[in-house]
Amino acid sequence: MKTVFSVLTVVAGIVGIWYLACVPMNIKGVLDQAQRAGEEVVPDTANARRDAGAFDLVAKNTFAINRVWSVERPRLPAPHQVATELWQTTVMKKVTSKRSLIYHAQVTLSATLLGFALGTGLGILLSIGIVHSRVMDMSVMPWAIVSQTIPIIALAPMIIVVLYSIGVQGLLPKAIIAAYLSFFPVVVGMVKGLRSPDQMQLDLMRTYGASGGQLFWKLRLPSSMPYLFASLKIGIAASLVGAIVGELPTGAVAGLGARLLAGSYYGQTVQIWSALFAAAILAGLLVALLGVIERSLLGRMGVKP
Amino acid sequence: MKTNSQVDSGQDAAQPVIEARGLNLVFGTGETSVQALKDINLTIDRGDFVSFIGPSGCGKTTFLRCIAALETPTGGRLTVNGMTPEEARKQRAYGYVFQAAGLYPWRTISKNIKLPLEIMGYSKAEQNKRVAEVLELVELSGFGGKFPWQLSGGMQQRASIARALAFDADLLLMDEPFGALDEIVRDHLNEQLLKLWARTNKTIGFVTHSIPEAVYLSTKIVVMSPRPGRIHEVIDSPLPKDRPLDIRDTPAFIEIAHRVREGLRAGHGHD
Repeated sequence: MKTVFSVLTVVAGIVGIWYLACVPMNIKGVLDQAQRAGEEVVPDTANARRDAGAFDLVAKNTFAINRVWSVERPRLPAPHQVATELWQTTVMKKVTSKRSLIYHAQVTLSATLLGFALGTGLGILLSIGIVHSRVMDMSVMPWAIVSQTIPIIALAPMIIVVLYSIGVQGLLPKAIIAAYLSFFPVVVGMVKGLRSPDQMQLDLMRTYGASGGQLFWKLRLPSSMPYLFASLKIGIAASLVGAIVGELPTGAVAGLGARLLAGSYYGQTVQIWSALFAAAILAGLLVALLGVIERSLLGRMGVKP
Repeated sequence: MKTNSQVDSGQDAAQPVIEARGLNLVFGTGETSVQALKDINLTIDRGDFVSFIGPSGCGKTTFLRCIAALETPTGGRLTVNGMTPEEARKQRAYGYVFQAAGLYPWRTISKNIKLPLEIMGYSKAEQNKRVAEVLELVELSGFGGKFPWQLSGGMQQRASIARALAFDADLLLMDEPFGALDEIVRDHLNEQLLKLWARTNKTIGFVTHSIPEAVYLSTKIVVMSPRPGRIHEVIDSPLPKDRPLDIRDTPAFIEIAHRVREGLRAGHGHD
């Protein structure tokens, strides 16, 4: 109960700050509109208002304050505008509609999940190689790290162009970009996890004369499970980012990324913000789902509840 | 001298279980090298309960690890059942108990005990039979389905002993198995260990730094001294095989404890 109250307090605080921020952010647009409608505005020219500070404008035109939360194309939409848009484009729209966020989210989700599966598979394979081979440890790990320093926004168009030229398009290029972002946390976490058994546990296996395979299946892999799940949670969020970024350069017609792009073309800030929130909610759900799987698996592995 | 040779029942009773001749072990090379073991000569016969006692750095654990083929000596000769330690390991000559129980947290007690059996390829039925046997031996029957965290430290250590007993090793190597437990639990486990030893007639190598523990348990006490690790003295215990806990108040017990303490002091030098 106390936790719920604390969480609600923080949420209320954030929403409060957001509403307050709308005042200076949106005041100029509100005043321009008011002047066009023939109202008295101080100062009375658009140029003068452009040079004036936002807080100054608010102080001189207090009558306009209550309008900043209901602008049609605000710089910063108010929380209830975003919430309304989210409601309108999810619950109130048919899932098959091109204007339904559920439809767009599902397009992005399929690329995310495919990319996540590819990235996780690749990450686990690489980590097994790294742990078992000193050569791979020294050769693969630095490249894996370097790969993550290249901004994905620069790399994504190239991946899409190159794949298009060999006839691959649609879901796969987006999934590959998602995989590119999600394999890294899995590699790092699994290398750490597969190396987590201590010397005594390794010695014990040696006294049994265990083979390399037995050592892996009976000790290294089970030991790495908590690390794997920590990595998967980062990996799936990264995967979603990758899928959205992958939708931008194609000028894609569907997906949360396409929704963001369309919103920015037409100055539909409310649409942009609701797409952002849809992405955040989707990521939250995916991570929560992994958490449920983790609890059930680790529970079966006897981890203290 | 070999107080327990009369209880032998093995085929080649005359062959020592462990024989070390002029054993040396140097870690590292050049100026940073450390002589961990120097000129170790020791014979352990079938059915012996041998304790290794000495201060840190005297090589008692290292010697045990050499027997288990976890370390490789750099000189001298070491045989286990007449074989090299590597060969003896392949023959499953020994079970090893570490200072910490080291049970896998994701396996139940039964499954932990099955671990060596799975690796060594025992059949499912055989595994279950053996688990039941050794659980009974360490008085943990009924705890097989529990996870390690549900057991006390002493029970966990008993489970790890059961794990070392699960396959047919005649030699049990124990590296300070009760070092992390409190005195009362330790007394109880010592008593149980002696009973277990009497029932199974195994040969036991036991590393400790507790004088009463060494004297109470052993037929042979190997007093070691550090830098370089070497054997200072081997004391054969005249105590009878049947030892109630209050034997520790008898003059004979106190006399041996005194000899061990003197040996430790003399071997310790001035550092």
